[in-house]
Amino acid sequence: MAALGPQAERTRLAAAGARSVTRAAILSGQPLKDIIKGRIFFALLLLALGLALLGLAALILDAAIDGRSMLSLDLLTNSASRISPQTAGYANAIYGTILLIGGVLVMTVPIGVGSAIYLEEYADRTKWWNRVVELNIQNLAAVPSIVYGILGLAFIVRGPLDLGFILFAGSITLSLLVLPTVIIAAREAIRAVPPSIREGSFALGATRWQTVRRQVLPAAVPGIATGVILAVSRAAGETAPLLLVGAATFVTFDPTVFGDNGYTALPVMIFNNAKQAQPEFHVLAAAGIVVMLGVILLMNSFAIWLRNRYEQRW
Amino acid sequence: MEARDAIGASRAIGRGGGPSRSLQAPSPRYGEKAIEAMLGLCALLSVVTTTAIVISLLEPSIEFFGQVSLKDFLFGTEWAPTFTPPEFGVLPIVLATMVTSFWGLFVAIPLGLGAAIYLSEYASPRARKTIKPTLEVLAGVPTVAIGFFALFFMRPLLEDLLPFLPWSGPQAAGVAGLAVGLMIVPIIASLSEDAMSAVPTGLREAAYGLGATKMRVATRVVFPAALSGIVASIVLATSRAVGETMIVLLAAGASPNLTLGFTESVQTMTAFIGQTATGDIATGTVTYYTIFAVGLLLFLMTLVLNMISIRLVRRFHEAYD
Amino acid sequence: MTSSRWLIIVASVSVLALGVAACGDSEDGGGGGGDLSGTIRIDGSSTVAPLSEAAAELFQEAESGVKVTVGTSGTGGGFEKFCAGETDISDASRPIEEDEIAACKSNGIEFEEVQVANDALSVVVNPENPVECMTVEQVSQIWDRGSKVDSWGDVKGLEADVGDESMALYGPGTDSGTFDYFTEAINGEEGVTRSNYNNIGEDDNGVINGVAGDQWALGYVPYSYVEESAGKVKPLQIENPESGECVAATIETVQDGSYVPLGRGLFVYPSGEALQKQEVLEFLTFYIAENDPITGAATFVPMTEAQKEASQRKVDSLVEG
Repeated sequence: MAALGPQAERTRLAAAGARSVTRAAILSGQPLKDIIKGRIFFALLLLALGLALLGLAALILDAAIDGRSMLSLDLLTNSASRISPQTAGYANAIYGTILLIGGVLVMTVPIGVGSAIYLEEYADRTKWWNRVVELNIQNLAAVPSIVYGILGLAFIVRGPLDLGFILFAGSITLSLLVLPTVIIAAREAIRAVPPSIREGSFALGATRWQTVRRQVLPAAVPGIATGVILAVSRAAGETAPLLLVGAATFVTFDPTVFGDNGYTALPVMIFNNAKQAQPEFHVLAAAGIVVMLGVILLMNSFAIWLRNRYEQRW
Repeated sequence: MEARDAIGASRAIGRGGGPSRSLQAPSPRYGEKAIEAMLGLCALLSVVTTTAIVISLLEPSIEFFGQVSLKDFLFGTEWAPTFTPPEFGVLPIVLATMVTSFWGLFVAIPLGLGAAIYLSEYASPRARKTIKPTLEVLAGVPTVAIGFFALFFMRPLLEDLLPFLPWSGPQAAGVAGLAVGLMIVPIIASLSEDAMSAVPTGLREAAYGLGATKMRVATRVVFPAALSGIVASIVLATSRAVGETMIVLLAAGASPNLTLGFTESVQTMTAFIGQTATGDIATGTVTYYTIFAVGLLLFLMTLVLNMISIRLVRRFHEAYD
Repeated sequence: MTSSRWLIIVASVSVLALGVAACGDSEDGGGGGGDLSGTIRIDGSSTVAPLSEAAAELFQEAESGVKVTVGTSGTGGGFEKFCAGETDISDASRPIEEDEIAACKSNGIEFEEVQVANDALSVVVNPENPVECMTVEQVSQIWDRGSKVDSWGDVKGLEADVGDESMALYGPGTDSGTFDYFTEAINGEEGVTRSNYNNIGEDDNGVINGVAGDQWALGYVPYSYVEESAGKVKPLQIENPESGECVAATIETVQDGSYVPLGRGLFVYPSGEALQKQEVLEFLTFYIAENDPITGAATFVPMTEAQKEASQRKVDSLVEG
């Protein structure tokens, strides 16, 4: 076969393809046109998914290759260093990010889900103020992260809350940033629960809250989990607002949530390293990206498990 | 558990009297009211946040417009607030924001929706459980990482793929836009996929029963039924794209060129705010107040965008519910 | 793998990772000892931050009880926090401005401008470019407001044969102290510059990369980036206006002032109140005395003995005053 050359090979493949499509068409009873359209559509879908995954893979590989000389467990245990970047690590930044995200989770899940429940289940859609709230939330999702930084500095670090440059203030700022995402996703999830479920529950005499708590919410958990994943992921990866509310770029001790000794976060350190003149810091930044992806994956895992467990198709 | 509560409630009603008794609960449920109030407070937080944002943006903006005319600001074509003499024409950075967001959506909508339809309609449950979280990792990549990826990987790659374009420096609006698109793919993909999965299988099966092909079911039955969620995901993704700071700052640059070019370096509104707020400008100067003026403009622009989109969503929502 | 087994694995790995990270910092801070304790908060310019970070790190090796953090809100943002009493030392790549001085005074914050290093700005070209030396006039021709220089042939009086290739220009962010210093030194006034060039924004490496990638590009950038770029770009010698000789930027020429006008000092601003704390005073003394290793680690030019003495005197006067 090989002796016949590539032209023959191509013809052979084309013939095989045509044969399979025709066979499928005859066997299934579908018109050939539909089968071909279906195949092309499927191929396009795979292409779309493939390109997205390829982009992600390229990103990870690019970071891993650039940072390979520094990829070791030392990254997780060593602190930042200006003097010797070869032995520097991200220990304090990882801890800071985990604490920050913990705070974000604690705040956005109840408030976000609560808002979504109110807007979907309790609010009278015809009242103008409820529509204002809807518009509000959607608009807040578009506010650039740096404006949340300005907000945080003016109202949380200073101003009425006056918390100072503590990690908790960073958590609050990030929570405000990603709350709209959680609310919007949770609303869609709650909206997607078939009305028949609710009506059946009311018919049996349950109150609205009972219906929400026992029927609607469990059904909406997968969608809410997705929203939380997307929100928390974004919060973990933000740099600009944290810089404004007092995250330092050089910290060599573990931060505390309410302590005012200073704190830092992974993306802040990665950005700072990438901007340096010395090339060792660039390698460190790339290695930091790999660490960050690991942290993200770990953080998302619980929500993903939750989502998989509560998945159901009506 | 639910049934027991419900039966208990109805039994309580029944015990209270004969069939002439209304079906109202025997006593006003204060617990219910309290819960409703608490939930309402949560929702109110968004209004409080917006008010706070507007306040923190408004006062410096007023200072700003005391020194720079609104006409120069909105219609000027030179943006150079840190130069001597300064220019405050905002059009270049507004256009840059629109161009990068456009390219972002150009990438994210097809890729996101394609991935969503595949995951929801074609993929096996096991494939779905692994691929969906993998895509969501994209949402967690720090934006600085995506920015550098755009600069050092995507830009050279695109020059190789499209050598006929007038490439100049390493920073390009189109490349930044595509990178923003990559970042928002998980928003569209994951949320749309959730919306499509929530469409009752009964609808699909009815369509199959009538002889529809898989493609037709996906595009003509499931997609329209899930449209509310899909559109919400696209609107959220657009908001995210417009508000993105780091990627455009690194990959599109800080040159406020008034251009539509794919290969030109541009400065978006967010890049300007991001850079200047963390730069060396003294607080309390007109240059510094520019940050707030641009922030306010961005806020108002997205407000208008969202008002339009809410109206659109309402129309679609009614058509298929 | 069942979902519960997956969860157990994930949970154990997370606990392990957290444990590793939390126990991590016993690696460092075990050195020295010292008997000082307290917190020192430094914030401000990202140009000066590497110096403060190096100082902090070395200081903490000797005095492990002191916690020093360095932030990079920018010179302006740093001063704003400094004059509100929220930081102990402000890093600055430009002198403090009138409004900022007034703000400090109204809050009762006393300060001194303490030099901690020398720095140089470099005009860089691609290594393939034959030009070796330029005068200040020529650089100004290229960079001045309204400059019509588009190609190398437009620059008058270059000694090398450069033909008429078009010139691509790269400059760092216009909200930075670097920009302020360059425009004042070359064009005579801060903020006076041409507007059509590639403003690379946040990351000064962008100038290096831009110039390295284009044979006929030119840019200006802090010298540490040139030094660390390992030959990717070529720094031009600048003709000293007085002696007429071409001077390259080296430690000696920056220290003895012959590399003009692009040599500058870098400063920190401690507050009188902060200096009442023993640890801050020790830190600043350390910062000045250990100038050589600190500037070496951050790739800046060390201070001369005279400059060190002057800085120490300023610190002492602030402590007493």
